[in-house]
Amino acid sequence: MMKSCLVVDDSKVIRKVARRILEEMQFEIEEAVDGQDAWQQCQKKVPDVVLLDWNMPVMNGLDFLRTLRGASLDRQPVVVFCTTENDMSHIRAAIEAGANEYIMKPFDREIIEAKFAQVGLI
Amino acid sequence: MTALTPQDFDLLSNLLKTRSGLVLGTEKTYLLESRLTPIARRRGLAGLPELVAQLRMRPSEELLVEITEAMTTNESFFFRDTVPFEVLKTHVLPQLKVARAATRRLRIWCAAASTGQEPYSIAMILNEQAAQWAGWNIEIIGTDLCKAALSKAQAGLYSQFEVQRGLPIQLLMKYFAKVGDQWQVSADIRNMVKYRTFNLLESMAGLGQFDIIFCRNVLIYFDAPTKAQVLDNLRRQMPADGSLFLGAAETVLGLTKALKPVREQRGLYIPVDSPMALAAAG
Repeated sequence: MMKSCLVVDDSKVIRKVARRILEEMQFEIEEAVDGQDAWQQCQKKVPDVVLLDWNMPVMNGLDFLRTLRGASLDRQPVVVFCTTENDMSHIRAAIEAGANEYIMKPFDREIIEAKFAQVGLI
Repeated sequence: MTALTPQDFDLLSNLLKTRSGLVLGTEKTYLLESRLTPIARRRGLAGLPELVAQLRMRPSEELLVEITEAMTTNESFFFRDTVPFEVLKTHVLPQLKVARAATRRLRIWCAAASTGQEPYSIAMILNEQAAQWAGWNIEIIGTDLCKAALSKAQAGLYSQFEVQRGLPIQLLMKYFAKVGDQWQVSADIRNMVKYRTFNLLESMAGLGQFDIIFCRNVLIYFDAPTKAQVLDNLRRQMPADGSLFLGAAETVLGLTKALKPVREQRGLYIPVDSPMALAAAG
């Protein structure tokens, strides 16, 4: 069965690029435009993995992640941050909040594949 | 731009074969042009044919080294192919822990260390098991033909792209620091690896014996007789219970009878007279 990935990013271009790469990797894609949208979608259906931007209007990636990890859902998805924030303090904050992996933009298929492999998604 | 003549191509391919073992087919002429034309330009020459003309006269050793190094491939990444490092962690190291309990000494050789990602991956694995190896004398030697690659390895500085190919984020957090736009591996890990330039076509005798040899993704560039010679030489640098890791596209089959693959341990090869091989043969 195809695994599902929720791509959370306020940039339409990034969502489109991520969708193309992940569909080639045989993932079924849903999109969310910010953390709040992502949280609403997760409450209805938990994806296998969330590819998560940091800086977004309404609810940022870190707040979404904290909400998600604090919730009692049927299961918890794998969360891979995917952000331009590339300093150690952001990486630490993300991992401490429960992110499984961390991608620093810009990304390409090779990086996504490497990171997804590390968390056992492929 | 004037094109290379067949004679020019032969001169360059013979030079590379002799000095580094690299075998180039004529379909790789573009590679010669793209990598060597900048050397010609830096020397004020019009292009590659003029550089070859210089080689026909009396080339300096410096030029020969520069050409050889420019043609080496230095692509590498942390924990490349994942599996060999799992095999190292779960299979090879536990066995050596028992087998070397008396001497508490381990020597590991990365024979194509390139820019350092492979020896540093091994160093991180060992450091993650530091308590198990307390009191052991562990040497990791990284060698490569290319001095520029080894300089980068010694500095331990990698781009954002490089640290995202194969390196788990927890290890980045634990062993790296951000230096400007780059990431530097910690001094503790850097100090676990010693580097030196070494050509795999030379005699290996002076390097001593190694319990584990990584020689990955370099034999693919050699012709069969050179591969066979290098594999036989590597075997001589290992005790009977030593381990050799080759790249995913490499094998010993049809090249040497001194080594054999280990079933279900992809990329791992052992001497045919290894206690493990003899036990398996019953």
